[in-house]
Amino acid sequence: MNLNQALEIVGQTNPGMVRSHNEDSITFDAEYGLAVLADGMGGYNAGEVASGIAVSVLASEIRHRMESDAPEQKDPDSDEELGVVLLRENVKKANLSIFNAAQSQPQYAGMGTTIVAGLFYDNRVAVAHVGDSRMYRLRGEAFETITRDHSLLQEQIDSGVISKEMARLSQNKNLVTRAVGIDADVVPEVHVYDTEVGDIYLFCSDGLNDMVEDEDIGATVQMLQGNMTLAANQLIEQANDNGGRDNVSVILVKIKGSYAAPRGLWAKLVSWFRN
Amino acid sequence: MPAKLILSMDGSVIKEYPLTKERTTIGRKPHNDIAIENLAVSSEHAAVITILNDSFFEDLNSTNGSMVNGTPTQKHFLQNNDVIEIGKYKLKYLNDQPTQTSAADFEKTMVLRAPIKPSPASVVPVAESGAKFESTTQYNATAPKPASVAAPAAAPAPVAVIQILNGPNLGKELELSKNLTTLGKPGVQVAVLARRPHGYFITHVEGGSFPLVNGSSIGEQPHQLNDHDVIELAGIKMEFYLKN
Repeated sequence: MNLNQALEIVGQTNPGMVRSHNEDSITFDAEYGLAVLADGMGGYNAGEVASGIAVSVLASEIRHRMESDAPEQKDPDSDEELGVVLLRENVKKANLSIFNAAQSQPQYAGMGTTIVAGLFYDNRVAVAHVGDSRMYRLRGEAFETITRDHSLLQEQIDSGVISKEMARLSQNKNLVTRAVGIDADVVPEVHVYDTEVGDIYLFCSDGLNDMVEDEDIGATVQMLQGNMTLAANQLIEQANDNGGRDNVSVILVKIKGSYAAPRGLWAKLVSWFRN
Repeated sequence: MPAKLILSMDGSVIKEYPLTKERTTIGRKPHNDIAIENLAVSSEHAAVITILNDSFFEDLNSTNGSMVNGTPTQKHFLQNNDVIEIGKYKLKYLNDQPTQTSAADFEKTMVLRAPIKPSPASVVPVAESGAKFESTTQYNATAPKPASVAAPAAAPAPVAVIQILNGPNLGKELELSKNLTTLGKPGVQVAVLARRPHGYFITHVEGGSFPLVNGSSIGEQPHQLNDHDVIELAGIKMEFYLKN
């Protein structure tokens, strides 16, 4: 099922004001309902390599599988939805390729990446993430973080050691507790949420949310939802205006219409003719 | 260099304590890491928990309590130069870590190989993970938003104002107190005014025609506004000016 009519997706990535490299990688495809964003880390250009591998593994593998199977189908092996399985398994696959590359090439030793990936299907979004790259949702007036960072700071907030307000003063902001490519295996966190027409989903690297307050990010997305390209530009511009100390990447996904999966033989036939 | 506490009384330094342990205890009994022999100090008065570069002060329900920077405090996230007061004693917290604003390198994302404890994320039900975020955005608030934490300290800039020059709202003023202000009617014509470190910019958002500045169309690109520029949007004229 082609989701071009139902989704509008824009994305941008920028090295920021301080870094010479852009270690973030993004890809998105409205037809497949896919958005992937990765923030790499590691010396020299290893960060770019890690995030690049992650993004390309996810995008190519998921597209390939969706040529033959629909993401809302049940996976016969696990009895889970295929969309969820595809995200989880391909994050693991990306993890292994990065890990193996890092093991075999000394210049890539220790490289890794965070990732956040959304797959939109059947009026829902499955989102997988590892590390501190985030997905936010704007629904009506409410702008919320949907993913929960795998970071030391988030664990401290959750356990009550530090309040959310105090968290911005922390010196431990950039310590992630999970990353793709560091160990032989990784456990991505995957959840599925219902979407509504009018929702806007923002995927971003920490270069955005470390530099711009959530409140300002939400206001920007809401005010500029009529022009998504401009909204993405403005978010990056604000991060850079505030210092741009890290690479900054954003992907915005707007739900323009319903994209319920066709059910029953007749609906499938109609949908097949439409494509 | 680890963060440290400097113990002093009446302005003279008694001793320095580097915060190398995860938990540094303060109290009257000698088994404390920082032992202060004074009757105003409880036997186990307080503790400082250090996690990597962050330290947290906690009063352990002491009889006479503790102050941080002059206010009675139960629990506090210590910042460089904070002063803890216990009775007549002062403990100054010094953390020479390069701060994030001065060392960009420090900000590189790093992986913590061994999680301090199993991540709670994996056991938290889905419904809760979304519900924790409480703040909803408000766009009509007149009070200027606090600048982003990361924003470099800027000299107090003049406030920019938009004054309507025609139509039913003639004479009305709108202070541009936020980073972004949208003007116009959604679906008809909308422009956004962005406050940036080097000035104010107007950009077309949506609608069939572009906004005019001093009579000429700005096109799709951001356009920097000068004092007393006249903006025209969906038939409404307004003047942009700077107030001191």
